[in-house]
Amino acid sequence: MNRRTLMATAALGLGLVFGGTVNAAGMDKVKACFVYVGPVGDGGWTYQHDQGRLAVIEAFGDKVDATTYQENVPEGADAERVLTQMALSGCNIIFTTSFGYMDATNAVAAKFPDIKFEHATGYKRDSDNVSTYGARFYEGRAVIGTIAGRMTKSNKIGYIASFPIPEVIRGINSTFLHAKKVNPDATLSVVWAYTWFDPAKEADAAKALIEQGVDVIVQHTDSTAPLAEAAKTPGVIGFGQASDMAAYKPSPRVSSIIDNWAPYYVKRIGALLDGSYAQVDSWEGISAGEVEIGEITDAVPADVKAEAEALRDAIGAGTYHPFTGPINKQDGSAWLADGVTAPDGDLLGMNFYVEGIVGDIPQ
Amino acid sequence: MDFGGINPAVLVASLMVASVPIMLAAIGELVVEKAGVLNLGVEGMMIMGAICGFITAVQTGSPFLGFVGGAVGAAGLSLVFAVLTQVLQANQVATGLALTLFGLGLSSLMGQGYVGIKPPLTSQVPFGPLADLPVLGRILFNHDPMVYLSIIIIAAVWAVLKFSRMGLVLRAVGESHDAAHALGYKVTRIRILAILFGGAMAGLGGAYLSLVRVPQWTDGITAGAGWIALAIVVFASWKPWRVLIGAYLFGGISVLQLNLQAAGARIPVEYLSMSPYVITIIVLVIMSSGKGRASMNAPAALGQNFHASR
Repeated sequence: MNRRTLMATAALGLGLVFGGTVNAAGMDKVKACFVYVGPVGDGGWTYQHDQGRLAVIEAFGDKVDATTYQENVPEGADAERVLTQMALSGCNIIFTTSFGYMDATNAVAAKFPDIKFEHATGYKRDSDNVSTYGARFYEGRAVIGTIAGRMTKSNKIGYIASFPIPEVIRGINSTFLHAKKVNPDATLSVVWAYTWFDPAKEADAAKALIEQGVDVIVQHTDSTAPLAEAAKTPGVIGFGQASDMAAYKPSPRVSSIIDNWAPYYVKRIGALLDGSYAQVDSWEGISAGEVEIGEITDAVPADVKAEAEALRDAIGAGTYHPFTGPINKQDGSAWLADGVTAPDGDLLGMNFYVEGIVGDIPQ
Repeated sequence: MDFGGINPAVLVASLMVASVPIMLAAIGELVVEKAGVLNLGVEGMMIMGAICGFITAVQTGSPFLGFVGGAVGAAGLSLVFAVLTQVLQANQVATGLALTLFGLGLSSLMGQGYVGIKPPLTSQVPFGPLADLPVLGRILFNHDPMVYLSIIIIAAVWAVLKFSRMGLVLRAVGESHDAAHALGYKVTRIRILAILFGGAMAGLGGAYLSLVRVPQWTDGITAGAGWIALAIVVFASWKPWRVLIGAYLFGGISVLQLNLQAAGARIPVEYLSMSPYVITIIVLVIMSSGKGRASMNAPAALGQNFHASR
């Protein structure tokens, strides 16, 4: 189901509710509030969440008040204060859009049972009013990894990682597996930046990688700084992360992984309006339109582009799973047998590199 | 000439570039503190410099004018601080913190239409054949003008503070504003000028971030660099050349740990990442003890407001 049909469905659902049938549990108007970890102008993660918020306004018009959001909320005690403030100010549903808000979200949710809380990329749902949602970004990483493996001339791929959490490690493994599949000589250098958003540090990390001979940079940090750094050296390419980062087309940005939260936000607020809202643990990927692959530019040869798009379509259609065995762990022990796909539990708690990646995950 | 897969010439060259913003901001703050004013708004002034420089460079197409714009913009913000603390006698610590918050917010507002735009390229200083020298060429003759300018500014501040009458007066104002006032020096005027200089330097540092190092505009681009600059001033115990060393140390450690990771060295990066901050804390603890304060060379009137009637 793509975004448009989803909105149409949601609108239809609305039409039914307000067109006659009275749903006791539904609401006439929803106030939706958003907590962001960075600034809306980051051009990446937070920007995409805000696009989702705008899509909600577009979809529901004056049925929804989604004008309340708070930028740059630190992960920790401050988040709890911001959430309490929002809960007291009449928000019906609050989206907390970063992993680090997990404990704060659950703590505040326990105090306000009538308010719905939606926590992005988390796994704790302590009370009934907490739902979690994430996206299968590793599906996009598989496509990016394929392009990276085909495009590297030095056989060195650089990866700017943020924090050693399963989400990030999953991305590293998926990228490496698919680069290796098309280019057995490919190696991966991982740099841990310990930040989601620090343009200067991200640029330094990209620079360090380029100085080590890396010619393809994959990033799991939120700013466009690594692309700007890559642009300084001819022949180095990179990928947009979270947002399309189209300003760096056609090179160094040859493609991108786009987080599209709009379908999920529209679906959830629609459910709250029509009374069908229920607690969920949502984890959708390319097939639901939550993960999109940005335009692959002409800097990529046509056959590589076709190969990447075929992979994207196969994942979207459900005929291919990016983690399909045989896959060994880094230490050589078996993880997945031939033909077996990874269970979600293994993916959600992933804390190991797959075979072939050099280096240790910081503990 | 490689150690653990890292070419030292390349490493030194990149740490010189990485240190420029904090070095410029720190030397500006050093002058301000030497005049007896504690301006904690460095972060806010840096980011104002970053956005003003960026807007000027994009509008005029000239990186040089961009740096001028950055310096002017940040000096303008520091003028707010100067008026509040020197004329209206507001508390310096609180005003400085407010300046940071104000600068972050205002820069975000000003930068709304500039996200995703690329600034004009700042070219390197052409040294001709010198740049092709084996190790030295990479380290010394392969940079943009701001790298050299930042070192020249350090030297100039050192010379002025140590050898000139102007430097002596500035230091007198910072050590004892009452004595300086009794001698007939315009304490408030001198301090306002020092604050403006500090703002301009922080602005240059910020503009370097948005025009050369990153180079683009994103909200919160300074990401705490202003606070590190403040720490460097203390670390350097208010001596200009130690600011240079401190900036290279802080910038160097962050570059080094990223390079070590990229080269695949198995080192605990957490410790290396935190080491600049640990050093800062140790320095601050030593400095805050009674004896340490004098031996650390802190200006005696630092953070105290001055009014001629007292």
